[in-house]
Amino acid sequence: MSEGHSTYTPKTGIERWFDARMPLPRLVYDSFIAYPVPRNLNYAWTFGGILAIMLVAQILTGIVLAMHYTADTNLAFNSVEKIMRDVNSGWLLRYMHSNGASFFFVAVYIHIFRGLYYGSYKAPRELLWILGCIIYLLMMATGFMGYVLPWGQMSFWGATVITGFFSAIPLVGNWIQELLLGGFAVDNPTLNRFFALHYLLPFMIAGVVVLHVWALHVVGQSNPTGIEVKSKTDTVAFTPYATIKDAFGMIVFLFFFAYFVFYLPNFLGHPDNYTVANPLKTPAHIVPEWYFLPFYAILRAITFNIGPINSKLGGVLCMFGAIVMLFLVPWLDTSKVRSAVYRPWYKLFFWLFVADAILLGWLGSQPAEGSFVFMAQMATLFYFAFFLIILPVLGLIETPRRLPNSITEAVLEKNKGAGGGHPAGANAAPETKG
Amino acid sequence: MKKILTSLALLGVFAAGIGAVGSVAIAAEEAHNAAAPTHFPIHEPKEMDWSFAGPFGTYDKAQLQRGLKVYKEVCAACHSMNLVAFRTLEDLGYSEAQIKSLSAEYTIHDGPNDAGDMFDRPGKPSDHFPAPFANEEAAAASNGGAAPPDMSLLAKARGVERGFPRFVFDIFTQYAQGGPDYIHSLLTGYDETPPAGMVIPEGTHYNPYFVSGVSLKMPKPLSDGQVTYDDGSPQTVDQYSRDVSAFLMWAAEPHMEDRKKTGFRVLVFLLLFGALMYLTKRKVWEGVAH
Amino acid sequence: MSAIDTQDPNRRDFLYVATGMAAVVGAGAFAWPFIDQMRPDASTLALASVEVDVASLTPGMSLIVKWRGKPVVVRNRTEQEMKDGEAVNLADLKDPIARNANLPADAPATDANRTTPGKEAWMVMVQVCTHLGCIPLGQEGDFGGWFCPCHGSVYDTAGRIRQGPAPENMAVPVFKFISDTKILIG
Repeated sequence: MSEGHSTYTPKTGIERWFDARMPLPRLVYDSFIAYPVPRNLNYAWTFGGILAIMLVAQILTGIVLAMHYTADTNLAFNSVEKIMRDVNSGWLLRYMHSNGASFFFVAVYIHIFRGLYYGSYKAPRELLWILGCIIYLLMMATGFMGYVLPWGQMSFWGATVITGFFSAIPLVGNWIQELLLGGFAVDNPTLNRFFALHYLLPFMIAGVVVLHVWALHVVGQSNPTGIEVKSKTDTVAFTPYATIKDAFGMIVFLFFFAYFVFYLPNFLGHPDNYTVANPLKTPAHIVPEWYFLPFYAILRAITFNIGPINSKLGGVLCMFGAIVMLFLVPWLDTSKVRSAVYRPWYKLFFWLFVADAILLGWLGSQPAEGSFVFMAQMATLFYFAFFLIILPVLGLIETPRRLPNSITEAVLEKNKGAGGGHPAGANAAPETKG
Repeated sequence: MKKILTSLALLGVFAAGIGAVGSVAIAAEEAHNAAAPTHFPIHEPKEMDWSFAGPFGTYDKAQLQRGLKVYKEVCAACHSMNLVAFRTLEDLGYSEAQIKSLSAEYTIHDGPNDAGDMFDRPGKPSDHFPAPFANEEAAAASNGGAAPPDMSLLAKARGVERGFPRFVFDIFTQYAQGGPDYIHSLLTGYDETPPAGMVIPEGTHYNPYFVSGVSLKMPKPLSDGQVTYDDGSPQTVDQYSRDVSAFLMWAAEPHMEDRKKTGFRVLVFLLLFGALMYLTKRKVWEGVAH
Repeated sequence: MSAIDTQDPNRRDFLYVATGMAAVVGAGAFAWPFIDQMRPDASTLALASVEVDVASLTPGMSLIVKWRGKPVVVRNRTEQEMKDGEAVNLADLKDPIARNANLPADAPATDANRTTPGKEAWMVMVQVCTHLGCIPLGQEGDFGGWFCPCHGSVYDTAGRIRQGPAPENMAVPVFKFISDTKILIG
């Protein structure tokens, strides 16, 4: 991104005029056209772009919904229903927004797991990773507050439970909870401030995304081999190669998204949220949105006091700790090799971790009773063990497989393995051997 | 890619295994005491054939009209339907004139007028169904302490947890009829006798399909022959229940047909666009080993 | 980039153009709901007509009802007001067009064309100044009709613009007498 590397040469008079005054075309050219990307990126790397369009889609549909929404406890539920019934295309915009939140999280989870699998967080990409974690936190806050706005039963009781986390803090807990709620319980002041913040936070996310992309363009993308780019032959230009591949990834993703928006728009929601909030009646079974379920399971798994920490505070601490783990990953992983491709044991534990996260998610949706509690405790134990024991220890004791010398070598090896029916490798000769 | 897929498959098997073990464990725990069940509903809703199910599902207008009749003549005595406006009954196949006369059958409390008084007037198509009770407290007081829920969204606000692995299959079968299935089962589920020894609280009625207990406050609302159909459909509790469930699905999701139609076009477009983009991607990457 | 110029340029170009076109179509279709949602919604359109009982209006009295969010004046004009309105020479009018939604768009602004046949005493019009949307005061100004305090537009007894910056006569909405004492506006 620095001026020194710029290969931009303005061609027309207008471009020269701009370049001399505000080199925006140069910035765009250097960041999204000439920017070199590793040639071996697979489709897991398209999720950055997918997340970008999901963010834009959420902001667009959100702004439009805000034109019809009323943040008042007496009117909120009906104003959402008015959107669903009377506003032109209102049902579509609202279903896009509510399912868009879910698919935003689908994409971000794939993006995070990709980072974990390929060791994308390792030096020099720690800051890039942490900025990503901050985006994830902001997304969770935004998603949670957005879910409160329709003012259904789950909105209300979800807000009650989640703001209740803060009451677990010793001494100042109740004060903080009242500060957040603007009262003694979730009510009109809460709804109003959540609406204001729900509108604000996505723009903060967009701001951190800019930083995330900036950091990315300084250190360059990681890749499936985890080997740094060594020469020009290791990379291709962002446009057209990555743009087209990203575009294809986006369309496939949008296909699944559209399937849910149009055919299963309420599949990821909860029926209770179609009943208007009633502060005097808790639904039989409160569950958060699916993307919070693993953390919810961890919260509920702590049913015992740990020394001076009671079970309530312990649960809240574990839940927040589960997120803190992500921030620490760059330093918890001691391996010198980035990619799980060359780390057979890490690969195994990675997939066990994915299974554990899914299991936690499922447990979070089940009532906290009987054997579910024990299962959740075991799964929580594994969750933390993965970060605090497996990551540091495995890096020290595991013998990684032989690494190729460069991305180009890895690519050529792979194509040789793929057999003779693939002429592309041979045709690539003018570009590959420098 | 292949490796990732294999891993995913293994993962699926693993998760399914855990889920199965978990479900079995839970089932064993329940130690079935028929007289004091702990998990509700006692019976799962029966899955019915609905005209609006699936990717090309549409509402059966005759059925919706019958359902409206059941609502008007039976349910509306206690249940409001605040969010539904008379004008939207056009979706059921009624003409503008029919809707005008239908809405005029209702009395709407309006005002204040120039003198500052509230007054009653006949309904207009732009009005919503008036509620049978002045407010929720009045509704609760007249119904043994529990206000009958508003019916506008009932078909989306009710549903029984599908559980693993069924909710995964539901993605492919597009099962989204949990609401009407539940309502139909509940309405037809009053005739079963409770197991010996079960305690039914005073003033409630046993129904094994009720989602949050052994019994509910609402007594059996429908009986055979109660509502007269003029299209020759059977005048049975089962038929009434199907019709009113379908009607409530429409009331909760009036734009469903439009949604599914639009969805089909969008998916076809994305399929074609995706195919084109894939070919373009292949062309662009042709000759670049990756 | 040289690698992609290797074979069959026609097929390649066609593919690129087709993909680009699909992208444009997709973007257009995606944009539509965002514009569509701005149009008046179904509940707003459903309220687009009001019934007014005018039995209590004797000559010289007016009432104002809200229709589509705007004030509509219903005035039972006096003999004098009608006479004044009829006496106007069309050539003196700033806006010679009736602006009556019940008549063809080019109907001349005679006093009769500003009202409805058989009920010429009754003025029914949107009491909004055609200049910048203020509400004129009734029975004020040099022509005994309406006067807009915002920028000084003066209307006559038939609501026609006579002086000031407003360009058009005040609009007569779609309306009809459904009985001798009831008017349906819209």
